[in-house]
Amino acid sequence: MIGKVFRFYYNGFRSMTWGRKLWRIILIKLFIMFAVLRLFFFPDLLKRDFSSDEERGNYVLEQLTNP
Amino acid sequence: MFESIDMSLVDWSRGQFALTAMFHWIFVPLTLGLSFIVAFMHTIYVRTGDEEWKRITKFWMKLFGINFAIGVSTGIILEFEFGTNWSNYSWFVGDIFGAPLAIEGILAFFLESTFVAIMFFGWNKVSKRFHLTASWLTAFGANLSAIWILVANAWMQHPVGTVFNPDAARNEMTNFWDVIFSDVAVNKFLHTVTSSFLLASVFVIGISAWFLLRKREVLFAKRSTVIASMFGVIAAIATIATGDTSARIVARKQPIKFAAMEALYEGQTHAPLVAIGAMRTDTTKLPNPREDFIFKIEIPNALSYMVFLTPSGFIPGITDLVYGNTEQGYMSYEEKIERGAVAIQTLKELKKAKERGDEATYSALREKFSDPVWLDEYYKHFGYGYYKGRELKELIPNVKLSFYSFHVMVILGGHFLIFSLIVLWLSLKNRWGNHKWLLWVALITLPMPWISSQAGWVLAELGRQPWVVYELMPTITAVTRLKPGAVQLTFWIFLATFTVLFIAEIKIMVTQIKKGPGGK
Ligand code: HEM
Repeated sequence: MIGKVFRFYYNGFRSMTWGRKLWRIILIKLFIMFAVLRLFFFPDLLKRDFSSDEERGNYVLEQLTNP
Repeated sequence: MFESIDMSLVDWSRGQFALTAMFHWIFVPLTLGLSFIVAFMHTIYVRTGDEEWKRITKFWMKLFGINFAIGVSTGIILEFEFGTNWSNYSWFVGDIFGAPLAIEGILAFFLESTFVAIMFFGWNKVSKRFHLTASWLTAFGANLSAIWILVANAWMQHPVGTVFNPDAARNEMTNFWDVIFSDVAVNKFLHTVTSSFLLASVFVIGISAWFLLRKREVLFAKRSTVIASMFGVIAAIATIATGDTSARIVARKQPIKFAAMEALYEGQTHAPLVAIGAMRTDTTKLPNPREDFIFKIEIPNALSYMVFLTPSGFIPGITDLVYGNTEQGYMSYEEKIERGAVAIQTLKELKKAKERGDEATYSALREKFSDPVWLDEYYKHFGYGYYKGRELKELIPNVKLSFYSFHVMVILGGHFLIFSLIVLWLSLKNRWGNHKWLLWVALITLPMPWISSQAGWVLAELGRQPWVVYELMPTITAVTRLKPGAVQLTFWIFLATFTVLFIAEIKIMVTQIKKGPGGK
């Protein structure tokens, strides 16, 4: 069964013509998004800067009450 | 409050978000609509066994694939931005954007990556029925995966089914069904999906018209047009019906957005609907509102009728809402600001009492946040509190943008209905293609649904300003205090990346269209 599914996908990808270009675009895009943008430009700030939900809550509370 | 915030930071953060969202929205509606048209064509092929329908299905499937591949996962960038640029907001909204969105994302990914693959690779490899099922599941999967993000957006427009936890500074879901079945959410989903079907129908009709103009693939183009125009007529009627309900809901839930989209300053009964109008550029807003139009054509009583189904219904204008109208039961913004400030102060004192370990004060204040009367009197106006000492006009959405985006959407909606009716009528009589000028109209109409769809979002999102979460969280509190330069940098990176992707989409599409249904 798994072999059959694998062959289905494998043959599908192999016999692609115009689809290859699309896959290249998808992969480049995903690379830029996750390996460049996410890593270097878009950290999840609250996750990065605080270690617990309590600290995160306190920080946002501070922002909301002392804007 | 907020004297210290750098408005250019807010503007760049908003600009960046708008850019990403609007780019994402180029692909999404076409995916939503075209998937169903393809599934329908595929069904006809399986039913009739006619090879021409197979070619037709394969051609549109190919265009669906290109759009899907280039558009897929551009929405994830929005989530990156929530975490970086809108961290206060993403914390505050809590459950609404958290787990359900992630679960939906993962589910949709597996559903789509399985069924899209079967749909594309399955020709002659799996049974015809299974293959067809995959096409339908791709369509349903794509549309289902739009649900939660629209529910979340609806919650921002009208926060229900949650309670604010003052200890954690976040909203917690108390009633899942209230969130998912709020009238705003249901209608937003229906309007978005039906308008996306309409967009895809106009797309198919337009491209088919190009083939007819070149006298290529005439049978293919005519058959595609029949299906698309049938879809188009139904979708146009449904879009207008759900749009009409949307407007009624906005009038009740967000009266200032409604007043802005009709540029109505002074409230009235027998309120007319502006059918077409051009606004002055030198508007003086409050405190001296005045007639804002260079010219306008009005339908008498229509606005009151649209909202209340009777001409005697009172539609509040911007002035009534901002300065209050006791006779009609509208509280002034000054009063709301005072009450909101009390709610913010209460939250502040609660935090301090907790830090001091003053149990008695803490408990007394904490209780308020679960007292329905206090919540209704004070917390409901929480967001207004941030505007103490600021100008009242900051609480009014951009009237011109709201007005024009609404009217462009509606006027184009009317055009799509008439257009698809004509195309369907002529197609059924087998006369579609006889008039060259009509084919040109179809080609010119092709990009227009994107304009109305984007205008719809402009209205929904800019008309909601200054709030990110209606009346609770203003945009200025939601934004993360970053350096504006950092946000600017990512803005330009996005603009460059998106431009390249967009050009790639158009180029690949045009190449495949030129090759036609026979091309490899
Ligand atoms: C012709 C009559 C139409 C009416 C009366 C109408 C009404 C509305 C209203 C009032 C909103 C704002 C909803 C909110 O702020 O919550 C809206 C949003 C929207 N409209 Fe329309 N609309 C019409 C046609 C169209 C057409 C033709 C399209 C696209 C092809 C479209 C696409 C959208 C989209 C994508 C949104 C944003 C999502 C939403 O808030 O529902 N609309 N529409």
